[in-house]
Amino acid sequence: MSKIIVKDLSKNFGKVNALKNVSFEFEENKIYGLLGRNGAGKSTLLNIMTNKLFPTNGEVYVDGENVCENDKVLSKIYCMMEKNLYLDGIKVKEVFKWSKVFYPDFDVEYSLTLADKFGLKINKKVKELSTGYSSIFKIIIALSCNAPIILLDEPVLGLDANHRDLFYKELIANYSERPRTIVISTHLIEEVADIIEKVIIIKDGELIMNDSIENVLSRGYAISGVASKIDEFIENKQVIGVDTLGGLKTAYVVGSLDKSTVPNDLEISKLDLQKLFIQLTNA
Amino acid sequence: MLVNFEDEKPIYVQLSEGIEDAIISGAFPEETQIPSTTEISINYKINPATALKGINLLVDNEVIYKKRGVGMFVSSGAVEKLVEKRQVAFFENFIKNMVDEAKKLNISKTDIVKMIERGYGE
Repeated sequence: MSKIIVKDLSKNFGKVNALKNVSFEFEENKIYGLLGRNGAGKSTLLNIMTNKLFPTNGEVYVDGENVCENDKVLSKIYCMMEKNLYLDGIKVKEVFKWSKVFYPDFDVEYSLTLADKFGLKINKKVKELSTGYSSIFKIIIALSCNAPIILLDEPVLGLDANHRDLFYKELIANYSERPRTIVISTHLIEEVADIIEKVIIIKDGELIMNDSIENVLSRGYAISGVASKIDEFIENKQVIGVDTLGGLKTAYVVGSLDKSTVPNDLEISKLDLQKLFIQLTNA
Repeated sequence: MLVNFEDEKPIYVQLSEGIEDAIISGAFPEETQIPSTTEISINYKINPATALKGINLLVDNEVIYKKRGVGMFVSSGAVEKLVEKRQVAFFENFIKNMVDEAKKLNISKTDIVKMIERGYGE
């Protein structure tokens, strides 16, 4: 029910092109990883999707309707951002209560249960929360609002390992119970690699990948061994990057692999998302 | 030689093998209920679609079966079936790798046999 279409989207800040004619779709009820290096254009994209920024060119559609200045459509999207825009002096529990006004399906009881699980003190003022608890507070609102589309921009910023673990588990539980479109923008790729179903990679304002994790990872492989033998093996193959350690070399190769052509002393391993990301977005 | 020792199998395959191991070891006995897809995906922090894919491998092979509205159960005869399958895969998965490694290290066939005997003795 909540398909998002990003069409020919561009955004210029003065002479800087933050997004360059980006087009793609978010399929409904899937968990997406939105990946990109610092300054790649991830937050710009999320801000345009939620009408916080106007695009220089192009549109974003949710269920066929343009999000621009469209309150009905915007109420389907909840976006958790790094910035805190709440009033001075407002308490956590008051925000939970008020959220119901903007998101009629907001589940106050669930938000209180989550606050208890994370150890968030609901009588504290929002502005006085630490970085970690400020993230937790926003995570709880995102999970409780029951919007069909949830955008999470760096959701685990400042969270300790235990709280990150709890967040990922609650996210999956929540998604299993009520499937919806979830977009997680994060630098902690390894942590979300198994949770996301689809991956979108943005580099310098351009879309360089939009595919399922399974496709992406089965598209290539890593091969390691003595440097000279690796060089020989990768000749005429599409190599996206190499790591060298002394006389050893690991090459990241795109393409299918015929195992019978691999010499015995070379070792094959699968690509992992983080390595692939680093190779694709380097330089 | 290799810096990354991660399993090269996809997660859903690892998951289905993990459940197979639990069935073979008796942790999930035949005709008993196994955890739901949701429980599995939460516990291992994996996407529910991935968990479902792993589970469906086992359903397709009739190792487990679904009872509508109740959950998933280990089929009777699953242990025997899995043990047979693993015995067939034993040569490919273990013996071949062992022989390759032994050749690399100049360990003779006689020495390997001795080691296997020692392994059984311990």
